[in-house]
This record gives sequence, C-alpha cells and structure tokens, in this order.
Amino acid sequence: MENKSALWRWIKGSRVYKSIFRHGYEDTKKNRILQIRSNVFLHIHPVKIPDHAYRIRFTWCMGGITFFLFLVEVMTGAFLMFYYTPTPEQAYRDMLYLRYDVPFGMILRNMHRWAAHLMIFTIILHMLRVFLTGSYKPPREFNWVIGVTLLVITLLLSFTGYLLPWDQLSYWAITVATNMIGAMPFIGHEGPLSLLDRYHDIRFLILGGSEIGSNALLRFYVMHIIVLPVTGMIFMAVHFWRVRKDGISRPL
Amino acid sequence: MEKDRLRRRTFLKILGLGSFLATVGLSIPITVRFLFPRVLFERPSTFIVGRPDDLNPATTGLRVYEDWKEEYGVWIVREGNRLYAINARCTHLGCTPNYFADEGVFKCPCHGSQFRSNGLNFAGPAPRPLDRLRIYINDDGMITVDRARLYTYKDFDRKGAYLKL
Repeated sequence: MENKSALWRWIKGSRVYKSIFRHGYEDTKKNRILQIRSNVFLHIHPVKIPDHAYRIRFTWCMGGITFFLFLVEVMTGAFLMFYYTPTPEQAYRDMLYLRYDVPFGMILRNMHRWAAHLMIFTIILHMLRVFLTGSYKPPREFNWVIGVTLLVITLLLSFTGYLLPWDQLSYWAITVATNMIGAMPFIGHEGPLSLLDRYHDIRFLILGGSEIGSNALLRFYVMHIIVLPVTGMIFMAVHFWRVRKDGISRPL
Repeated sequence: MEKDRLRRRTFLKILGLGSFLATVGLSIPITVRFLFPRVLFERPSTFIVGRPDDLNPATTGLRVYEDWKEEYGVWIVREGNRLYAINARCTHLGCTPNYFADEGVFKCPCHGSQFRSNGLNFAGPAPRPLDRLRIYINDDGMITVDRARLYTYKDFDRKGAYLKL
C-alpha cells in the first residue's frame, strides 16, 4: 500500500493520530519494543517510570477518590441488581422493596446515589486541580482528552441511572431531557433543519419508542449497567497508565 | 507471467480484505437499524371521542372536557360552535400540564408555564400555545382524534384542526 492519499497523510500527521499511535511501523528492534510497551492493552505494567513521576509532594487525590467512588458504584450497583427488574410494572415496586423490605437495602441504595453525586463533585475538583497546575498542557494533552471523555461517560451514567427508580421525578426528568435531545438540529424531529418524524429521530433511538415506556427503561438500564461502565473502565485504564507514563505534574 | 493479470494472491487479498471491510462497514447501519423496531406497543394514534350530540352544543362559551386526558393525553375543547383537541404536552419541554377548572388555566408542573383554556400561553417559558390535534368525523359519524397529526398555532384555522358543530 504505497500510494498514500493526501487524506491518509493528513490523518497520520495529525496530533490526535500521533497521540494514539506513537511509534510507526519501522522494523527495528528498538521500535518493535516501543510499539509493545507504549500500548496499555499489550503491556499494562510500564517498564520504567521517570523519576519525577514518583516525586509526589502533595496531592488532592481527587482522581484517586473518584476511582474509589467508581468502585463503590460498581459494588453497590451489582448488589442492587439482585433485586431490580427494569420493567415498568416492577421497577418502582422493586425500588420500594429495596428501601423498606430488603435488609440493608436502604443504605445500599443511598450509597449508590450519594457516591454518584460525590463522583461528579470530585471530578470537578480533579479537573480544577489539573487546570490550576497546568497539567492539561503537553505532554499531557492526550490524557486531558481521555479525562474529558471520562467526564462525559460519568455524566451519561448519572443520566441513565436517573430513570431507573421509575418514579415521578425520573419520568419527568427524562421526558424533559429527551425532549431537549429531540430538539437537536438535523437529527431531532423538533429541531431546526430536521426532516425526520418522531419515529425516526435521535430521541427515538434513545427511547426505543416515541414516548417513554418499557423499551426506554430497558435501554437506559443496559447503558447504565454494561455499555457505559465497560467503556469507562477501558478509558480509565488508559488514563491511569498515561499518568504513570507522563508523571504527576509538578506542584504549583 | 503477464504483468497486468490479476494474480491469485492479489485476488484473494482483495476478497479477504473486502469482505472484512464490508462486514465491519455494514455492521454500523445494521446496529442502528436494529435499534428501530418495526412494531411498537404504544397507544394507538387515533381514538373516538363520541357522537357529535354527546358534547351538548346547546351551551354557550368555552368548555374543556377532561375525559380523554388520562388515557390519551388530549383535552377536547368546545369554543362556541368550534370543537378542537388540545395536545396535553407543554410546548416548552413536553411535560403534561394540569387543568384548573376554577381558574380556567392549564399549568405545567415542570417549569411553571401557564395557558388559557384555549391553549394560549401567557406565563412561564412556553414559547407557543398548546398544539392541537387533527379532529374529524369518521366514516361511522363519530368524532375522532388523530394524535399523529399536529397543528401549531399558525394552523389553528386550517381544516382538520377544528370541527364545526
């Protein structure tokens, strides 16, 4: 494949491409080693850590606390799944059942809820620290992008979890939110420049129907328990690993 | 060997890579299509309100019938000799307003929009009056409402947006 197009050359020359694929195809012993050890999925343990990566003088530990809270969410979430059924007939009843009849159910549910709230809070503080210490600047700009992606995934986790109790608050909150999604340009049926009807737009894709019903509840549940957490974990692996590679940025 | 002939190795390479790319490429539209089911178990879009005489055209003024709100999310309103169907969906962000008969006002619980009995917005963030739905006499002579056909305030005088009693 020698005839490389201008587009392909532009992609390979871009900063994003070079951040993801840092070592080319060059067939030398050194480069072959570099290819393997600069990929978290092929070599999770860094071969060596730069000295300054260990020189931690102080830390807010906001990233660490966020990760701890994520683990709390995974654990409590797994326990909640023992009693929760994502159907309109059962969801609300199961939530009440967990609260009032399952031993330790109320504290379990509240831990899941409050850890979720705290997680957003610690993420904001974490980003504030990164911003104040200038840690988003090169060579850490790639990790900043990964971090912002993790923020979006966390917000989406909060959003999808909102519907699951299936009470008045969740129902109307998701009604409002998905109607805003339906007002997006081009892809939402109520948005500007849109040719779609309410059965073929982005809102329908999210809800699995033209109104919030059993399909919507199930879709939100699947996103909440599998798709988003697994995606988040993959990005987290890259995120932590890059921190080890790039080192903790120097204090103010 | 002729140079411009397609060699077996090249042919298989194109075949293999081509089918791989076709599979990966097709999996995207297939996944999107998968998320749009052919059949929906939702409320039917049309429902029957009743015979024209049921709505008592003798009384004057404006009257809001709430009988179809719970099940279909529609208010039937009679204004003089005009009958129309108001969609019980706030024009702000889609919550269901409540009707306060003593005040003659629709109020939305989500962000406080308020509408007069004819659907006109006068308070809160709602950008336009409540939408109306297609109302017509079906083949059996019954008043029918079609929730799939929406009229915004500019089309309130269009045929189908109201019924003359």
